[in-house]
Amino acid sequence: MSPNVVEASGLGKRYGSTWALRECTVAIPEGHVAALVGPNGAGKTTLLNIAAGLVAPSAGEVTVLGGRPAGSPAALDGIAFVAQDTPMYKNLSARDMLHLTRNLNRRFDQPYAEARLGELGIPLKRKAGKLSGGQQAQLALTLALARRPRLLVLDEPMAMLDPIARHDFMASVMTAMAADGVSVVLSSHVLAELERVADYLILMSRGCVQLAGEVDDLLAAHRMLTGPAAEADRYAGRLSVVHTSRGEAQAHLLIRASADDPVPPGWEAHTVGLEELALVYLREPAPAVLPGPARARGQNNQQTEVTK
Amino acid sequence: MDIDKQSNTGAGSPIEFRLDPASGVPTYLQLVQQVEHALRLGYLKPGDQLPKVRDVVAALAINPNTVLKAYKELETKGLAAGRPGQGTFVQATLSQVALPELAGLRRTLLGWLASADAAGLDEDGMVALFTSALRDFHESRGSRTRGGAAGDETEGVA
Repeated sequence: MSPNVVEASGLGKRYGSTWALRECTVAIPEGHVAALVGPNGAGKTTLLNIAAGLVAPSAGEVTVLGGRPAGSPAALDGIAFVAQDTPMYKNLSARDMLHLTRNLNRRFDQPYAEARLGELGIPLKRKAGKLSGGQQAQLALTLALARRPRLLVLDEPMAMLDPIARHDFMASVMTAMAADGVSVVLSSHVLAELERVADYLILMSRGCVQLAGEVDDLLAAHRMLTGPAAEADRYAGRLSVVHTSRGEAQAHLLIRASADDPVPPGWEAHTVGLEELALVYLREPAPAVLPGPARARGQNNQQTEVTK
Repeated sequence: MDIDKQSNTGAGSPIEFRLDPASGVPTYLQLVQQVEHALRLGYLKPGDQLPKVRDVVAALAINPNTVLKAYKELETKGLAAGRPGQGTFVQATLSQVALPELAGLRRTLLGWLASADAAGLDEDGMVALFTSALRDFHESRGSRTRGGAAGDETEGVA
């Protein structure tokens, strides 16, 4: 049974009179690329900041990397955090940034960092502010990975990047995962860019977690039924319908069901994609229809070791 | 420590994966299908190495778990086997037909395509006709050998 890289229960954060995060309970298992997805203001950054130990919660508890309290030295040693738009000292050279990061951290793999920047063609002498957006992101990622973290936390990592830089950045993250077994938690409001990388999804909306689980499990647990609109109400009561959309003649029901569940006569069942599923849940006001914390079902987590 | 992002990603394997984001087919299944396709066409033979997980991940920027899932699926199907510390290797073949015969069949098919074209059928029509004929063929053969282990029927993902 693999430990959870982030485990929050009843977590809340209040700024003035506004709750940025409220009653947030979630467990993210190790060995995944977990995506926090939701509209702006959903609480994604707040949750990441709390998990990374940068912000103290107003309520509830959070531990990381198998029970270490967030913000404790043991937790900080194992987590690397890359903030939104990869802030950097613009007037420091890449070499100075390495120097600074090495001296601010207990562990820093200098040869790895230098080799990696060399492979990426990022000159050590160049000032951080003079690097391209993609290179700045790669420099920030290098500083994070050279700390040899067990968990890499990325807040909106690709928002500022062009498509090629985005691809290269993600390839770097995925390679680190394959080579060193790093777990990744990242946030985004663009779901499409995550479809290839995320295998664990946490949908957030208005400060709450709405849906969480392994992407394959979530997709396998839903079907879209298409059939005559006149019959939609008849099935709405009997099936576990998440969302209904109907025209005059035809209706679509998103239901919770597996592939082997019987389909009503005259209806067609289709699988749903990640984006379609996420949009429905983000629009539905009723929160958390699906899997609670992963804790309850931690036994069937996949082995994540990578053979080279 | 060797992040050989720059190195030749296809080194060691005769094939290289690509992804079609618009296909709607899950990523892991695309990888499985590409291996099967390469096996059928003889690009991959028993003993050949499949692309290393790390190389696939670096080239396509996809989750390593996805590649592992694809390789596990190929192992379940008996088409590939993992060798600890080395990688995953092709174990069986799907091309029951030798390359020369394959070329002959291809020629016959091209001839058929030309006559279908001459008869005024467009490409979608050809695909539809072929698919429908294949289904008839499958059904007639299925009724003769009922209970036969056809084996390949399980993925209806289109």
